Amino acid sequence: MSRHHAAVRPDPRMNDTSLAPRGGRFEPRIAQRQRTGRLFRGLCLAAVAFGVVSLVVLLIDVTRDGLGVLSLDFLTRYPSRLPARAGIRSAILGSLWMVLLVTVLAFPLGVGAAVYLEEYAPKNWFTRMLQTNIANLAGVPSIVYGILGLAVFVRFLGFGRSVLAGAATLALLTLPVVIIAAQEAIRAVPSSLREASYGLGASRWQTIRHHVLPVAMPGILTGTILALSRAIGETAPLIMIGALTFIAFDPVTPMDSFTVLPIQIFNWTQDARAPFHDLAAGGIVVLLVVLLLMNASAILLRNKYQRKL
Amino acid sequence: MSSVIANPAVGEGVETALETRELSVHYGDKAAIKGISLSIPRHRVVAFIGPSGCGKSTLLRCFNRMNDLVPSARVSGEVLFRGQNLYASDVDPVEVRRRIGMVFQKPNPFPKSIYDNVAFGLRINGFKDDIGERVEQSLRAAALWDEVKDRLDDNALGLSGGQQQRLCIARALAVEPDILLMDEPASALDPIASGRIEDLIGDLKRDYTIVIVTHNMQQAARVSDFTAFLYIGELIEYAETERLFTNPAHERTEAYITGRFG
Amino acid sequence: MNDTGFSLGARRRLVVQERIIGALLFGCGVVSVLTTIGIVVVLVSQSVGFFAEVSPLEFLTGTRWSPQLVPQSFGILPLLNGTLIIAIGSSLIAIPIGLASAIYLSEYSKPRTRRIIKPILEVLAGIPTVVYGYFGIMFVTPILRTIFPQTGIFNAASAAIVVGIMILPMVSSLSEDALAAVPRSLREAAYGLGATKFEVSTRVVTPAALSGIVASFILAVSRAIGETMAVALAAGATPRLTLNPLESVQTMTAYIVQVSLGDTPYGSLEYRTIFAVGLVLFLITLAMNLLSQRITRRFREVYE
Repeated sequence: MSRHHAAVRPDPRMNDTSLAPRGGRFEPRIAQRQRTGRLFRGLCLAAVAFGVVSLVVLLIDVTRDGLGVLSLDFLTRYPSRLPARAGIRSAILGSLWMVLLVTVLAFPLGVGAAVYLEEYAPKNWFTRMLQTNIANLAGVPSIVYGILGLAVFVRFLGFGRSVLAGAATLALLTLPVVIIAAQEAIRAVPSSLREASYGLGASRWQTIRHHVLPVAMPGILTGTILALSRAIGETAPLIMIGALTFIAFDPVTPMDSFTVLPIQIFNWTQDARAPFHDLAAGGIVVLLVVLLLMNASAILLRNKYQRKL
Repeated sequence: MSSVIANPAVGEGVETALETRELSVHYGDKAAIKGISLSIPRHRVVAFIGPSGCGKSTLLRCFNRMNDLVPSARVSGEVLFRGQNLYASDVDPVEVRRRIGMVFQKPNPFPKSIYDNVAFGLRINGFKDDIGERVEQSLRAAALWDEVKDRLDDNALGLSGGQQQRLCIARALAVEPDILLMDEPASALDPIASGRIEDLIGDLKRDYTIVIVTHNMQQAARVSDFTAFLYIGELIEYAETERLFTNPAHERTEAYITGRFG
Repeated sequence: MNDTGFSLGARRRLVVQERIIGALLFGCGVVSVLTTIGIVVVLVSQSVGFFAEVSPLEFLTGTRWSPQLVPQSFGILPLLNGTLIIAIGSSLIAIPIGLASAIYLSEYSKPRTRRIIKPILEVLAGIPTVVYGYFGIMFVTPILRTIFPQTGIFNAASAAIVVGIMILPMVSSLSEDALAAVPRSLREAAYGLGATKFEVSTRVVTPAALSGIVASFILAVSRAIGETMAVALAAGATPRLTLNPLESVQTMTAYIVQVSLGDTPYGSLEYRTIFAVGLVLFLITLAMNLLSQRITRRFREVYE
């Protein structure tokens, strides 16, 4: 009867009555469980809706308040005690200075560190510590970077409350994010590419420079742009290093005093007088547009190069 | 593609556990199985064999409506269980799956304790009797009790591959299915563990109807009473295992079992 | 003369060049170490000067924070309280809503829906904190005052709400990653036993992803603790030991900003409170981030 090999040992089950679990009482109550499931799904959907609706409400509120203020004058005038004559010129210039200088400082250092970690670093405790350190730095509150910048750049190195001090502080803030993004992009480069290059006798740096970096660059750029877009919105560190709130001139050299859009917005929002709130909203609209452009370009960049691959 | 329902056990006085009528499954435009009509006899072991992609797993998954989980799958035809078409619009697949259990190719215990793994099905299906007793019964039926009785609270992922698969079987048995579907249950296991699963199937046959998909023909020959050979989504031959392997009626069946392809 | 045809001189130059480049790149990596060292040195050295004049016990257990007004008092508890209220309040919003969103996106939504919704939630994360501060004080607070007339113009609730919205995408995105990482085979096993989608999601998938989910909670709370501008604008600058969210409070971060904006002389005791408070802030967020990393590592081990 049994088709499989004869059991050598006496199988206790052969003589037992069936061992199969039977005769239990079940109350599956399927309809009720499905009802609960539908309720749950509704709650989760409501949660998603909350996020989306919050965004929409926020954007509408800000735009409604700020749209009336937007004009060419608004973009080209300095802040003023008279709301009708105030503008964000110095703030825009200050933010521009920040973006440029932070890129100049953080991009080479960040990519360099990423290249080192991915291509050169031996797998030892020091490298692990370095990696953990960078991950931790990414989570340090931005105001602590402000404290660091204040003590080191403003005071110790004597930069004063200048564009340079601000940019250096923001560069340190942005650095961990750039490193992590660049590392991911470099890691995504297939090792077959490196092996082919080494196989032809190229040195490590030649391989990186001519093969790895070009392939990883779109990802690196995307990550950098996203990191910079966060830097543009930073307020607290720059307040710490002394970026002022009432600047009525164009910052021309890296040692000039300056202000940035978020600080101007902060200052106007805090003002007790209502017309300045609308100015703040106007500044917010400008800031959001700039961020939108930056993020859109980062996404376009990523899509363009993803299709190529 | 005939509308006669293939039944190799006809005339033996054996009841039918499950019956398909013109069952077809399409993934998008591709047809995975076409117009299959067969009958699974009760308290027997039926093996589905065939080369990769022949649709044997797809067919198996029709029996407990697991194909519902694939958004692009379209099922036509009928699957009759206890006189009811499982694919009727008023049938909730959740109901079907307690009665028709499944064991998968790669053992997939939950990352919970051994006890909670077996108890899971009982709890969600509103088991009213003593859960602890039922857990022990199920583990005994799966020939795993002696090995785990002292560590029921340990994480199931700490078991070996073969033990995990027997745990999955115990888990399925706990909710009293009529039919047990096994999708290549031993293919991820080493030969010794695989052999134990085969022994287990032989024992379980007494109480359950078992349908097993396997790409291992020797296993099918050892373990099953009836074997169905599928090829590119169609049922080619379905007969008593001994006859199909020693004297296949179709040329293609013979080509497959003699290893000329697949 | 070697047989590759390259002169020995060129080969040696290449090796030297490689070494220099390697050293330069190593230097880049070291900058991050210098940053951390810098933070620690600055905070600790200045705090040492501070604690020479103010006893750490008074600092950590005192219930009045008034460094600039006579009579001076340096108890940090009101600031900790402010930070805590905001952290808890924002978590009450972000954690349930974020997790529920993650479950929906991971288990229920169609891929096309997820592709649209995810970026929208990411936008929430990218909005600068001053904008949230503006939104809090200009939109949320007036609504709160209509519902609860005793609400102050500056209040903790408004700040907690907007910070909650701000960290919501963090919880949602990271939790969703954790849920998506749960292997499909586990879901199939649960369905095979006759579970409904609700049961599969809540009793199998979510528990399996728990470490990753909890790690995301901790990271989000850490972010809320470090948040500055939104609370400075919406919650005000009144250090206060209170559980009433309708009152104005001051967080550690908002205090530091307040001092910077003022004209407290550099090097004075009042000024050095920045560093002492900053040190506490740094240690708290560091501990939370380390904890979160530890939990994530444990989570990865389950599936590898």
